[in-house]
This record gives sequence, C-alpha cells and structure tokens, in this order.
Amino acid sequence: MAQVNTMKLKASNKQAGRKIGGTIAIFAFLTILGLFMLFPIYLTIVMSIKPVEELFIYPPKLYVMRPTLLNFSDMFSAMSQNRVPFSRYVFNSIAVTLSVTVLQCIFASMAAFVLAKCRFPGSKFINSIIVIALLYQSNVIYIMQYIVMARLGLIDNPLALILPSVASPMGLFLMRQSIGQIPDAMIEAAKVDGAGLFRICWQIVMPNQKPALMTLIIFAFQAAWNIQTGTVVFQEQYKTLTTVAAQAAASGLARAGVASAVSVFVLIPPIVVFMLAQRQVIETMAHSGIKD
Amino acid sequence: MAQLSKEEIGRRTKQEERAMMWRSVKQNKACYAMLAPFMLFFIVFTVVPVVMSLPMGFTDFNMAQAPKFIGLSNYTTLFLSDKIFVKSIRVTIVFALFTGPVSYVLCFLLAWLINELHPKLKTFFTLVFYAPSMANIFTVWQIIFSGDMNGYINSFLINLGLINSPIQWLTDGNYVLGVTIVVQLWISLGAGFLALRAGFQNIDRSMYEAGAIEGIRTRWQELIYIVIPSMGPQLMFAAVMQIVSSFTAGTVAQNLVGFPSTDYKAHTIMTHAYDYGWVRYEMGYASAICMVLFVVMYLLNKLISRVLSKYMD
Repeated sequence: MAQVNTMKLKASNKQAGRKIGGTIAIFAFLTILGLFMLFPIYLTIVMSIKPVEELFIYPPKLYVMRPTLLNFSDMFSAMSQNRVPFSRYVFNSIAVTLSVTVLQCIFASMAAFVLAKCRFPGSKFINSIIVIALLYQSNVIYIMQYIVMARLGLIDNPLALILPSVASPMGLFLMRQSIGQIPDAMIEAAKVDGAGLFRICWQIVMPNQKPALMTLIIFAFQAAWNIQTGTVVFQEQYKTLTTVAAQAAASGLARAGVASAVSVFVLIPPIVVFMLAQRQVIETMAHSGIKD
Repeated sequence: MAQLSKEEIGRRTKQEERAMMWRSVKQNKACYAMLAPFMLFFIVFTVVPVVMSLPMGFTDFNMAQAPKFIGLSNYTTLFLSDKIFVKSIRVTIVFALFTGPVSYVLCFLLAWLINELHPKLKTFFTLVFYAPSMANIFTVWQIIFSGDMNGYINSFLINLGLINSPIQWLTDGNYVLGVTIVVQLWISLGAGFLALRAGFQNIDRSMYEAGAIEGIRTRWQELIYIVIPSMGPQLMFAAVMQIVSSFTAGTVAQNLVGFPSTDYKAHTIMTHAYDYGWVRYEMGYASAICMVLFVVMYLLNKLISRVLSKYMD
C-alpha cells in the first residue's frame, strides 16, 4: 500500500477524476487572483528602489526608470546613527525571535497534546479558557500586562520582549485542533507498550503533526520577528531590528521611499522562514499509521 | 476547578468527592507537568491581565487616579447616549459581514484549489496568497488610493475616461468603508488560510484511494465526501480566527483613512475603544466597549461551533 502511495505521488498528485482541463482552469484562476494579491507588494518593491523625483510624477509609473538603492542606504544609515552598533540590533532580533519561536512551539505542542488527548480534572475548563482568551480583545489588557510586568521587575529588561509571547493561545488552539484528529487507538497502543506521556507526545504524536507544527513555526516566527520594544524596554541596546527599522521609516527624508524600503527589508526573514517551513508541510504526506 | 468535575463524578458526599478528585489529580500528574510550562506563562501574561481588566468596565478609570466604582453607568451611557457607538456598531456589522464570511470562504476555496496543483506550485501559491498578511503595508495602499491624480486608481480611471476628476477615496464618506474592506480582505488570508492548508496536507492519502474505489468520480465529490468531513478542527480554527480578525479590525482603517474617519464612516467598535482608551484615557469606558464586543464574539463563536459540529458529525 505504501509503495503504491509513493508511486502515485511521484506521478504528480493524481487522484480520483482529475481532468487536465480542470487543473489548467484552477491554475489560471489562481494566477489571476494571485496577480491582484501581489500587485501592492510589487508596487512596494518598486517604490523602494525609486529615486525621490520618480515617486511623485504624473502619471504614476508601474516600473522604475532609474532604479537606486538610495532608500535602502538611507534606511541603514538612519539605523546605524545611534550609539549602539548595528550588529547589536541584529543580535537582539535573532535572540528574541529564536527563543520565542522555539519556546512557543515546545510549550504549545506539549500543552495541546495533553488537552486534546487526556481527560483530567480541569481539562475541560482549560480548553474553554483558551478559546475565550482568543476572543477577548481589549486594549485595557496591555495596561494590566504592563502592571504585571512592572511587579515582576521586567520593565526595561530584555526578558520583557520574550516572556509575554512564549505562551500563545492561538498556537495552542491550532495544535490542539490538529492533534485531536489523531486516533485515540494510536495513543492507547503506545501506552500499552509502556511509553510515558512525554515520550508519546514527542515520539509518536509530534512526528505526525509536521504540517501543523510547521504552520505554528511560521506564525510564531512572524509574531516574534515583529515584536516592537515600544513601551516595555527603553534602552537602545535592547531594541530589536524591526523597532529601529520602524523608526527609520518614520524619520526618513523621502518618507514613502524609505518606508517602502523598510517594509521590504522587514518582510524578507519571515518569507524565507515561510518558504523553508512550507516546503516541509508540502513534503509531508499523511500516510498509514494514522487510521481509525 | 472543583465544581467542574462534579457532573462527571455524580452524586457523592463532599469528602468523597474531594478524595476522588485528589486521586484523579495524582493519577494525571504527567498531564499537569506537561501543561505547566505553557500554563505558567499563560496565566501570568494573559489570564491575570484579563481577570484584572474585567471589572474595569464598571469603573471610572483615567490611569492617573485609582479606579472608581460607578456601577453600570458606563454601559447605560454606551447604549443610551453615545451616538457614535451606535454608529460604530453598524459599521462593525457591515464590515464583519463583508470581510468575515467572504474571506472565510476564500480561505477554504484557495486552500483547496492550491491543493489540486503540483507540489512545487503549492508552496509558491500559498506564499502568494499569504504574503499580504505578513506584509501589513499601508503606505502603498495610501498611494494606490491617493486622492490626487497621482493615485494609481485615479490615474487609471482617468486614463480610461471613466471619471473626469480624481475621487477622494480616503476621505469621501461614501468610499472610506469600501476601501477599508478591500484592504482588509487583502490581508485577511492569514492564520486561517495557513491552518486549512496544513489540514489539507494532513488528510490520509489512503482516504482518497478508498474514495476512488468506492466510486468518487470528480473533485467536487471528493471535496464533499472526503475532504470537508475530515477538516472539522481546521475549519473551526479558521472560523475563530476569522471572527476575531473581522470584528476587531481597526488598524487598517486607522492607518488608511485616518482617525477618526470622515463622518465616522469607517469607525468600528474597536476604533471607538481605541479612541476612549488611548486618546482620552477613559479606560473604564473603553473596557465597557470591549466587553460588549467580547460578548457578541463569544455568542457568535458558540453559534458557529454548534453549526460546524452538527455538520461534521
């Protein structure tokens, strides 16, 4: 059976009743819609390499006549004018992004596994709290969070950039929904074989959860990368790359140009991570072993 | 937490109950241990602030002085004398009706269509549709919809001869809500879309084969009989994400059509809360606004999960 699976896969995704005409129609539809989606991003990229005098000519052009990297060099010089060397921001961003992403994925996966597959006093209650936490959006929370962080002595402490993002209800919810689809029989079998919960989670459940986990990595990375130091950390040496980039966007000479350069620059790491993770998602093919 | 297990345990004396609870807690030590790291940070940085903010709606709190209890008066003001709030309810409903269902259907449709393509194209198209939600760029939209002739839309329409003078997309009360909805739709293929993509990838391939043997002939039949029934959890996740993003949207409008927007035409409930919270520092009132929004979203979530679970099982 498994052999048939991989053979079919190699023969390009054939399933019941696929007509080549339908696939071409789908491709055409997605391409047209995709062009609309990409248009603003394309324009941003074009604007980021436009010289100032080309930004406001009539009629507006969809392309650049004399491309320049001036906006990018303006951005970098605005970012390195501070007392702190540029590499420091890079280091801060990597440290924050990496620790938030890794911790978020580990914590959310373990908690999601337990909440999806075990019944214990409080499990129902916690499950409902997670959804409520997602739905409760209030700007007053930030003040309360600030008060809590002040009590814990986290203000102006680099940990303030990491700790609040480590437990993400959205990540937990995503993983819980996905792990819930694994048949109980598989977990029971592992229990019978004498595996503890921790081992079941990491050796049996998670290897089957690659698509969800990769998706979580994308979300976590994106959120962590965009963390702005803003109100909780003031010292220049703790600021992240995206924070100083946003400052550069606000203070640039040709604002639209530099702001576009900043948008492009800030977008690159999440896109790279997205490509790497998404390839993993696509390569995973759910196969036997997950059956009811 | 003690009350919650009551229904499961049935009728027993309190002491017995407590003893059983305790035994059950001890039996599930491993569960709690694995839950602990998440719960620790979740409680400190989410639960505690939320619980602290709940009573704020009943107070007068300006951040400088201690909150003063004023009963229900925030809520009576909201519904009886705050005309802009009533207006913002209407805007929010229109906004949510247009962006919520449309982008939910779009998320699912696109995730499905992409799934029909060759694996190499899957990554590419997923990126194309997901990129806008990563980008979060407003500058370019301001230029596209710019009110002078330099705006891309205006110059395009003038070139075609459809209009003679530029339209004030971002300040004309007739257009601001429409423009906001368009941009919101553009960035709305986010978390829900990716989760659905992952869900498609997680469907056991042998299900398709079994389907083919049992007489499924077209993509549509496959979608209805195999795909949708096995995507329940992801559909639920996407629904919750869609509720949140369509009801709490406010940043798009604020960045695009200004704050406040012309005639409050793009003034959502969340914008209203922002106005009172961060502009006027009336935190008590802002909390009350958020509370109303939360109740609406919670009820809607209940309704959708009931509909979805009925359909899935």
